[in-house]
Amino acid sequence: MTHTPPFRLSMQGRRIDRAYPQAFRFDGRHLRGVQGDSLASALLANGQMLMGRSFKYHRPRGPLASGAEEPNALFGLGQGGRFEPNQRATTTALVPGMILRSQNCWPSLDSDIGAINGALSPVLPAGFYYKTFIHPRPFWKHLFEPIIRRSAGLGAAPTDPDPDRYEQAYGFADTVVVGGGIAGLTAAREAAKAGGTVLVLEQDSHWGGRTPTDHAGGQAAIDALLADLRARDTVTLRRATMATGLYDHGYLIAREALADHDPNLGLPRQRLWRIRAGHVIAATGALERPLAFACNDVPGVMLASAVRDFIADYGVAPGRRIVVVTTNDDAYRTALAARAAGLDVPVIVDARPVADGALPQAARAAGITVLTGAGIAKVTGGKHVEAVILCDQSGEGRPLQTIACDVVAMSGGWSPVVHLYSHCGGKLLWDEAQSMFRPDPDRPPLGADGKGNVTATGAANGDLRCAGALERPEGATLPVWVMPARAPYKLRAKMWLDFQNDVKVTDVELAAREGYASVEHTKRYTTLGMATDQGKLSNINGLAVLSKALNQPIQATGTTTFRPPYTPLTLATIAAEAKGDAFQPLRKTPMHGWHQAQGASFEPVGLWRRPYAYPRGAEDRHAAVTREILAVRGGVGTLDASTLGKILVKGPDAGRFLDMLYTNMMSTLPVGKCRYGLMCSENGFLMDDGVVARLSDDSWLCHTTTGGADRIHGHMEDWLQCEWGDWKVWTANLTEQYAQIAVAGPKARAALERLPGTIDLSPGALPFMAWTGGEIAGIPARVFRISFSGELSFEVAVPASRGLELWDRLHATGQDLGITPYGTEAMHVMRAEKGFIMIGDETDGTVIPQDLGLDWAISKKKADYIGKRAQARSHMTDPERWKLVGLESLSGKVLPDGAYAVAPGHNPNGQRHTQGRVTSSYHSPVLDRPVAMGLVRRGPDRMGEVLDFPMPSGEVMQARIVDPVFYDSEGSRLNG
Amino acid sequence: MADTQDLTPLALITPVTGFGMITIRADLDRAGEALAEGAGLALPDRTGLTTDGSRMLAWMSPDELLLVLPLAERNEALHALTQALMGEHGLAVDVSDARAVFDVTGPRAADVIAKLAPVDAAMLPEGHLRRTRLAQTAAAIWRIPGGFRVTGFRSTADYLQLILTNAALPGSGLAPR
Amino acid sequence: MLTLTCPCCGIRAEETELHPGGEAHLVRIGPEGDDAAFESYLFARRNVKGVHFERWRHAYGCGKWFLAARCTATLQVFGTYSAQTTHPPAEIVDAIRAARPDWTPDWTSDWTTP
Repeated sequence: MTHTPPFRLSMQGRRIDRAYPQAFRFDGRHLRGVQGDSLASALLANGQMLMGRSFKYHRPRGPLASGAEEPNALFGLGQGGRFEPNQRATTTALVPGMILRSQNCWPSLDSDIGAINGALSPVLPAGFYYKTFIHPRPFWKHLFEPIIRRSAGLGAAPTDPDPDRYEQAYGFADTVVVGGGIAGLTAAREAAKAGGTVLVLEQDSHWGGRTPTDHAGGQAAIDALLADLRARDTVTLRRATMATGLYDHGYLIAREALADHDPNLGLPRQRLWRIRAGHVIAATGALERPLAFACNDVPGVMLASAVRDFIADYGVAPGRRIVVVTTNDDAYRTALAARAAGLDVPVIVDARPVADGALPQAARAAGITVLTGAGIAKVTGGKHVEAVILCDQSGEGRPLQTIACDVVAMSGGWSPVVHLYSHCGGKLLWDEAQSMFRPDPDRPPLGADGKGNVTATGAANGDLRCAGALERPEGATLPVWVMPARAPYKLRAKMWLDFQNDVKVTDVELAAREGYASVEHTKRYTTLGMATDQGKLSNINGLAVLSKALNQPIQATGTTTFRPPYTPLTLATIAAEAKGDAFQPLRKTPMHGWHQAQGASFEPVGLWRRPYAYPRGAEDRHAAVTREILAVRGGVGTLDASTLGKILVKGPDAGRFLDMLYTNMMSTLPVGKCRYGLMCSENGFLMDDGVVARLSDDSWLCHTTTGGADRIHGHMEDWLQCEWGDWKVWTANLTEQYAQIAVAGPKARAALERLPGTIDLSPGALPFMAWTGGEIAGIPARVFRISFSGELSFEVAVPASRGLELWDRLHATGQDLGITPYGTEAMHVMRAEKGFIMIGDETDGTVIPQDLGLDWAISKKKADYIGKRAQARSHMTDPERWKLVGLESLSGKVLPDGAYAVAPGHNPNGQRHTQGRVTSSYHSPVLDRPVAMGLVRRGPDRMGEVLDFPMPSGEVMQARIVDPVFYDSEGSRLNG
Repeated sequence: MADTQDLTPLALITPVTGFGMITIRADLDRAGEALAEGAGLALPDRTGLTTDGSRMLAWMSPDELLLVLPLAERNEALHALTQALMGEHGLAVDVSDARAVFDVTGPRAADVIAKLAPVDAAMLPEGHLRRTRLAQTAAAIWRIPGGFRVTGFRSTADYLQLILTNAALPGSGLAPR
Repeated sequence: MLTLTCPCCGIRAEETELHPGGEAHLVRIGPEGDDAAFESYLFARRNVKGVHFERWRHAYGCGKWFLAARCTATLQVFGTYSAQTTHPPAEIVDAIRAARPDWTPDWTSDWTTP
C-alpha cells in the first residue's frame, strides 16, 4: 500500500525517519511525508516544486532556501481558529494530518489569474502605484485604494479566535549565545569556562547549524561540544528557540516553539522569552546570497546550500539533474552531495576565472564538468526549470550552450547574519576582501554600563570557515552582482532581487535614476526587502546594484536598518497569558459575588467591575435604573462604594500637606468632620475630588474617585518624596482594606438602626458632613454622613472581609423598608439631578474648578496650593471660559451626551463655531423630564438663553440655560 | 508523546487565609529598634525579612515595614507597635483585609513565578522579599519551605489565582526540551 | 527596555516595574512666580541628545522616586540617586565625566546649589 514519494531518496536524510510516514493535505490533495520533514521537504519529496506565487506579478515560485530566509514557500496552515497565514514551509515541521493551503493565487496555485500582472510587468515598474494613482485625488480613496487593497496583502487573516495557549517567561543569564552551530557552541564552552551562567539559543530543533551537513565528522564535533556543555550545570541549552530581537540594556526576546501545530499535547504552543542578558554572543551564522541572472525566479532555481540541505538533511532530491552556478568553492559541496546521492550534475558553472581549491578539485575528480569564467545568461521554463543557457560571465550574455536540467543550485557567496548585532545600534563595516558587511567590533551595541554588550563570532562575524580542523582551504569568493557582468536591459529586467515582492535589478536602477540615492528611500520606493522575509536574501544584492547604479562604493551606500523581529512573531505570544479572563486584572469588591448572584449588569470603572444596575426579571437596564432611583428617593437603597479610594494621611505636617494638595483648607477641618475637597494638577486643572474626613489630631482619611486611588496616592507620594521631603507626613493607601456601603434615602437611618450597634445615628449626634466610629451588627465601622444623591445618606466603612456580612444584614433587616441595591447609573442620575459634578464627565483635563462653579471650595486665604498659580493665568481667568450650567431640553427629549451648542459663523475649516457642550444628560425619573449639565461660554451669566444643538440627523435640539440643581435646590432632603 | 505527558501541575497554587498584616511607616533609623521589639522580631535588612516561623517582619521600603502574623495576634501587635511609635512620627495600620495570599509550592514553583514576574525567580534568596509585579498586578514574593508565598491586592485575588494556575499548567515546565 | 537600579532599595528593576516622571531637578514655581518663569516650569523641557537627568518611581517595588543620569543616545546609565537633591551629586558628575569628558554640568542660575 505504501509507495515512496517520487523524489524521496533511499539514502541520506539525517533529520528524517522513513519508518514513520506522515499524511498531510495540500490544497485538497492527500500527500505523505515522514517524521522529521519540513513542509518544504515533504512537498519536494512529492515532486511539488511550485509552492507559491509572488506578491506583485503572481509569478510561479518554488522554494529558494531551506531556512528562515525563505521568501517564496509560504502557506496558510490549519483551519478555523488555528489557521495561520504566511507560514514558512522551510522552517515548519510536518505534523501528521496537517492542512496546507497555498496563498496569493486564484483560482489555484497552478493557474493563477493574477499572473496577468506578470505580462503587464513592463508597465508596472517600481513606484507604479505612487505615480499612477495620485490623481484625481478623490479616486484614490474611493476607487484605487479599495481595489489595490483587495489585491494586496499576503495570505488571509484567521476568522476565529486562536484556541491555543501561549505563555511568556523571564530569563536571566550572564552570557546568552544565540546560535547553536559550531561557532556558538564553541563560544558557549569558552564562556562557561570563564564563569557565570550561559544560555544557548538555537532556532532549529537540531543543534550544529551547517557543520553536520557540510563537514565529514561534523556531527561528531558537535556532539562532543554538546556533551561538554551538558556536563556543566551553569549552561542551559535551549533549542527550537528563535532569538528575534535585541533591545535596550541586553533585553533579548526569543520565541520557543513548544507544541507548534500539535494542539493534542495540551501544552502552550509557543513561549516568548524575555531574557536579560549580561552579554550576548551572536553566533547567528551566515545566509547564502542568490545570483542575479535572467529568470532566476523560475521554480527549481534554489540556493546551493538549500539543495544540499534537502538532499543530506531530508533525503529529498529537489531534482534529478542539477546545474550548479557559483562564485565560490562552497557550492561545490552541493555538486558533490548531489552526485553522492546518485543525482546528475551536468556542469558546475563558476564565474571565477580560476577554480582549483580542494573542493573544485574534488568535483573534477568525481567526474563533474567545471566551466570557469562562465555564467548563466538565462533560465528557461515556466513553472519549472527546463534548461539553462550558458554564457561568458564577462560578456553581455551571448548564448554559448544550453544545458537541460530541472534544478539550478546557485551561490553568490555568503552574508553574515548581522541582525542581532544591528538591532540595538551596533555598526557594520564593509569587508572588501570577502565582499560582505560584517559587525564592526569597534562599534558594538552598548549596554547600561556603556560598554559593548554583543560580540559576533563565527560566520556571523565574517569567519565563514569557522569549523576549525574540519575545514579545507578554499579559494576566494568573486563578487558577482549581475550575471553576466554586462547583461543588457532585457536580461536585467528578468533578474530578481526580492523574490517575494518582485523587485528586479532594473527596478533598483530606475529608482537610482529617479534620484533615490538613499538606500532607505530606494527600499521604500521599490519595496526591496519589505516583504515578510525582510530582505534576508535581497538586501546585499540590492544595495550592490544600487551602488553600481549610483557609481559609488558599497560602503558609501550602506545598509538599510535591521529591525527586530528577525522572523515574524505571532501576536498571540506577545499577548501570552493576557487573554480571556486574564486579559486584565479584573478587580472585585468584597460584595462582587452577591452582585453577580443578583444578576447585576456590570460596567468597567478602571479595572473594577461595578454594578451598573440590578435588572429584575424581564426588566431592561433602563427600567432597573428608574426603579432603583425611585426606591432611593422614596425609601432606601444601598450602593457598593468599596471602590472609592481611601488614603490615610498622617503626621505633624499632614494638615499643611493637605492644604497644598486640595484647593480648600483641610488643616482647619475639626476632628469628626468631613469636607468635600478638590485636587488639581500643577496645571490648575481639576483631577480628582472626594470627601476628606479628619480622623484624629494628626490623621486624615482622603476619599478619591474609583479610578483615582492609585494615581492620587502616587501624586501624594511624588510631592512628599520629591518636593517636601522634610515634611513629616506618612500616607497609606487603604482602599482595599475597607468595604464601603452607601445607605441612602429618607429611610436610610431607619435601615441602619435596624442593626444593633454602638453608633448614635441621630441628627444631633451625627449631623451632615460628620463621621463617627463604633460597631454596627458587631462589625467595627466608620459611618460618614455624606451624600452624593442629595438624600439622607450614610457611608459605612467596615473591614473588607466583613463587607458582605454587613450588606447581607442590611438587606435582610431592611426588606420591609424596601431596601434596594442600586448601581452606578442610578448614582449618576441622582447626582446629576442635584447638579453634582463627576470627574471625567464634567472634567476632561482642561477644566478648572472655577469653571464648575466650585469657587466655594477654593480657599482664598491660602498662599499656595497645587494649581493655584496656574489658575491665575490669563486664560484661566478669562470671563469667556465655558462654565457649568444646567440645560433644559425644550423638546422634552434627552440631549445626547457630548452634543455641541453652535454659535453664529464658521471657523476657517468651514465648521460651525461652538459655544458649549453637554457633559451629563439623563432622564430624571422623579422629575419625569430630562436633566442635563453642560459647559457653556459665560454660561452662568446667560440664564434663560436658548442654545441650538444640531444633531447628525440634521435635527436641531434646543435647550435653555438653567441652574444645574434640578432637584431639591434647598437641600431639605439631606435630613431625610 | 501524549502518553508520556506529565499531568502534574508545575506547582500547587493554594490560597492562604488567616494572616494579619500591619503596615508600618516610620524613620527606621530612629524607631527601628522599638518597632522590632513591638513586632517581636529582629529588624530586617534592606529588602530582607526576619521570621520566627510564625511571624514575619519584612522591609518594604526605606521607611516601611510589613508585619505578617496570625490574624488572632493582629490587634495586640497593632497596639504594641502603636506603643513603640509613641512620641515618634510613625504609622502602624491594619491592612489584613487588603491582601490576598497564595502559596506556590512544588519542585517547579520557580517556573511559575518566572512566567509572571520579571525577576530571576530561581535565584531569589531566602530571607528576601521582592516587590514586583505578577503579570499586570503588584505583588510581593518571598520563599517559604517548598516554594514561594505571594501576596497581592484582595481585589485581584481571582486574577492572581487564574494566572498562577495557568502558569502551572502540567507539562509546561521551563526546563529545556 | 531599560534597567535601572533603584537607589532606595538596591533592586535592579526593569522598565515595566518603573514609572517615568520626566525631567529631574525642576524648581517649582509657586504663586509668586511671573508668567515666564511659570511657563518655563510647566512646559519648557530639555530635549537632550546625550546626558540627561530624569525622574523615575520604583512603582512596582519600594514605591520610591529616584533620579537617574543617563545618555539618551546610547542609553548608558551613569548612575541613580536620591530624588531629594537639587542637582546631581559629585559621584554622578564624576561617572558622567569619566564617560563623557566633553560634558560639563550646566546647573548655574536656575538650579540652586546646596
